[in-house]
Amino acid sequence: MATARLAEPSGSLQEVKEQGLDREDLLQIYRNMLTTRGVEERGHILYRQGKIPGSFYTGRGNEAASVGVATAMGTDDVGTPLHRDMGVHITRGVDPWRIFAQYMGRADGPTHGRDGNVHMADSNLGLLAMVSHLPAMLPVAVGCALAFRIREEKRVAVAWSGEGAMARGDAHEGMNFAGVRQLPVVFVCDNNQWAYSTPSHLEYAVEHLADRASAYGFDGVVVDGTDVLAVYREAKRAIEKARNGGGPTLIECQTLRMEGHAVHDDAFYVPKELFERWAERDPIERYRSWLRENAELTDDEEEEIAAHVKKQLTDALQRADESPQPDPANLTDGVYATPEDLDTPHHK
Amino acid sequence: MAEKTYLQAISDGLRQEMRRDKRVFVLGEDVGVYGGAFKVTLGFQEEFGAWRVIDTPLSETAIMGGATGAAIMGLRPVAEVQFADFVSCAWDHLVTVAAKQRWRAGTPVPIVLRLPSGGGFSGGPFHSQNPESSFAHIPGLKCVCPSTPEDAKGLIVAAIEDPNPVLFFEHKHLYRRIKGEVPDERYVTPIGKARIHQEGDDVSVITWGAMVYTAEEAAKQVDASVEIVDLRTVMPWDRQAVLDSVRKTSKVLVLHEDTRTGGFGGEIAATIAEEAFEDLDGPVKRIAAPDCPVPFSPVLEKAFIPQVDDVVRGLEELIRY
Repeated sequence: MATARLAEPSGSLQEVKEQGLDREDLLQIYRNMLTTRGVEERGHILYRQGKIPGSFYTGRGNEAASVGVATAMGTDDVGTPLHRDMGVHITRGVDPWRIFAQYMGRADGPTHGRDGNVHMADSNLGLLAMVSHLPAMLPVAVGCALAFRIREEKRVAVAWSGEGAMARGDAHEGMNFAGVRQLPVVFVCDNNQWAYSTPSHLEYAVEHLADRASAYGFDGVVVDGTDVLAVYREAKRAIEKARNGGGPTLIECQTLRMEGHAVHDDAFYVPKELFERWAERDPIERYRSWLRENAELTDDEEEEIAAHVKKQLTDALQRADESPQPDPANLTDGVYATPEDLDTPHHK
Repeated sequence: MAEKTYLQAISDGLRQEMRRDKRVFVLGEDVGVYGGAFKVTLGFQEEFGAWRVIDTPLSETAIMGGATGAAIMGLRPVAEVQFADFVSCAWDHLVTVAAKQRWRAGTPVPIVLRLPSGGGFSGGPFHSQNPESSFAHIPGLKCVCPSTPEDAKGLIVAAIEDPNPVLFFEHKHLYRRIKGEVPDERYVTPIGKARIHQEGDDVSVITWGAMVYTAEEAAKQVDASVEIVDLRTVMPWDRQAVLDSVRKTSKVLVLHEDTRTGGFGGEIAATIAEEAFEDLDGPVKRIAAPDCPVPFSPVLEKAFIPQVDDVVRGLEELIRY
C-alpha cells in the first residue's frame, strides 16, 4: 500500500520565491546543472581519448535531483553524494579542474590519484567521499547526524542512495537507527529505475521506495527527479524539518539513468521507448523552458551562461591536464592518521 | 594505586576519558541501562546521560557506520560490539570505509571498537573467536590486545586518543580472573610497544592476550630460563622487542589463541626468519589453535585452545634442539 506523499510539480515564480529562491539563485541552479552535465560530457571525451584509467560513470538524467537537493542544504550541513550526484559537488563549489584531475588520477584531484572517478569529496565543503559498497555511506551520514544531535547543533546530514542499494542491509540499519532516534538526517533515493541491468520490479516489491519511510517512523515523499524546483522544495522542507527536531524524511527522486551503468555498458537491456520518453523530460531542457516562461530568461542570458560554463570547463580541462602524476614514493604515506591530521574544522 | 580486575581497569580508563573529554561517547547494544553485556559501562548512563551512552538497535552496521560518521564530524566514539565474533556484521564499515578514509580522502576516523574476545568458557563457535589477524591484515586499522589490568587501562586511553580506527580486543577470560595494581591517575600505554612479561635467557615466547598467562604457567614447568614477550598490540607490533628477545635467547616460540593458518604468528615467524635468521639456534615454533571453528563442549574446547601442557611440550622441544 502506497503511504508516501506524491509531491506537486514546481510552481510559479512567486511560489518559488516564497520557498527562498531569488532570480539570481534560479540562474545559479541553471549554471550548476549545465556545469554538471558539461563536466560529465567532457569526462566522456577524456575517457575516449584514453586519459581516464579504469572506468567512467555519469549521472546523466540526474542533474535536477542532485542540484535541487544540494541547493536546499545549508552551509554547515553535510552530505554523502554518490556517483550519479556530480551536481552536489558542483553546487557545493568544487572546482571542476579538480574533478578532471580526479578522473585522470592526477596529483591535484581530491584523492591525489589514490581513488578514481566520483570517489571523491572536499571535506571543507561538507562532503564525505563515497565508497563503492552502496549504500555504505548512508549509515555514515546517520552518524554525522548523531554527532549533530549529541552536540545539539542545528545541522543536517543528507544521505544519498540509489534504488538498487536500497535493497542492502546498510539502508535498513541506517534508516531504522535514524528513525528510532529521530536524527537530523534526510535520505535521498535517486530512483533511476536500473541497478546496472536489473529493473525496478526485480529490486523492490513496494509501489514506491519512499513508502518504506513509514516503516521507520518518518515521512516519505515521491518527487519528479527531473523537476529541479520540485526537488528543491521537497528537500528544503525535509532539511528544515530535520533541523528543527522533526526527524528524518525519505525523498525518492524518480528519474531514468540515461546512459549505461558505466561507460562500457551500452544499456541494451533498457527499452528504447523508455529512453525516448524520458528524453522528453530532460531535466536541463525542462528547467530552461521553465526559466523562459516564468523568469524571463533571455537569449542573451542563456548564451552568456552557456559561454561562461564552456570557458570554465575548457580552462579546467587544461589546468587538470597540467596536473602532475602522483608520486609513487608517497604511496604508503597517510595509511595511518597522525594527531596533526585531526587539525580540521570538524575536530576543533 | 589499587588492585583492580582487568574489566574494572577498562571501565575506569573509559570513564576517566569521558569525564575529561566531552567528545568521547559510547554506543552499542545494551551499553546503557544494562551497562553492557559484561558490565564494562555499568553506571555510565546515570553519570553521562542517554546521549553519551547510547543504546542502539541490534545493528552492527549502523553502530560502526554511525561511529564513523560521528568521528568524521569530530566526536570520539567508543563502540561496543557485544562479542568480538559479531564484528563480522560491521566488517564492511571497518574495512571499506573507516580503514581507508584517511589514506584516500584525507579524513581521519578516530574510533575505538571494543571487542570482547576469546574463549575458555564454552561460548561455542560464535562467542569465542579471536579475529585480530583478520584486521591486522587491513592497512589503516590498529589492533590492541592487552593482557594485564594496568595495560588494559593505559591502552584504552591510548586507543581513544589515537586518530585512527582502533580495535580493542578485551579477552573475556581475563575480565574478572586477572587482577593487578592499576594507577588511579590517567596514563597512556603506547600502542606498538611490547612489554617483557618475564625476563629469561634460554628461549623466548612471543604472545599476547590470555596466552601470556598460559606461557607463564608453562615457563614454571620447564627447566630453562624463559623470556615472555607480551606484544600488547598486534598492529602495529613491536618488531624490535621481538628481534631483541630472539637475538638474546636464539630460540623462539610464537603462541596465540587464534587458529594457526593465517594467524598473526605466521607474520611474526616470517619476520624473525627474514631479520634474525643468523641468530637462531632452532626453528621458529608456532603453537596456536587448530584450523577449525571454536567448539562448545569443554572437552573439545580444551583440545582447541592451546593449553599449558602444549606450551610445555613446545618449550621442551626447543630447549632440546
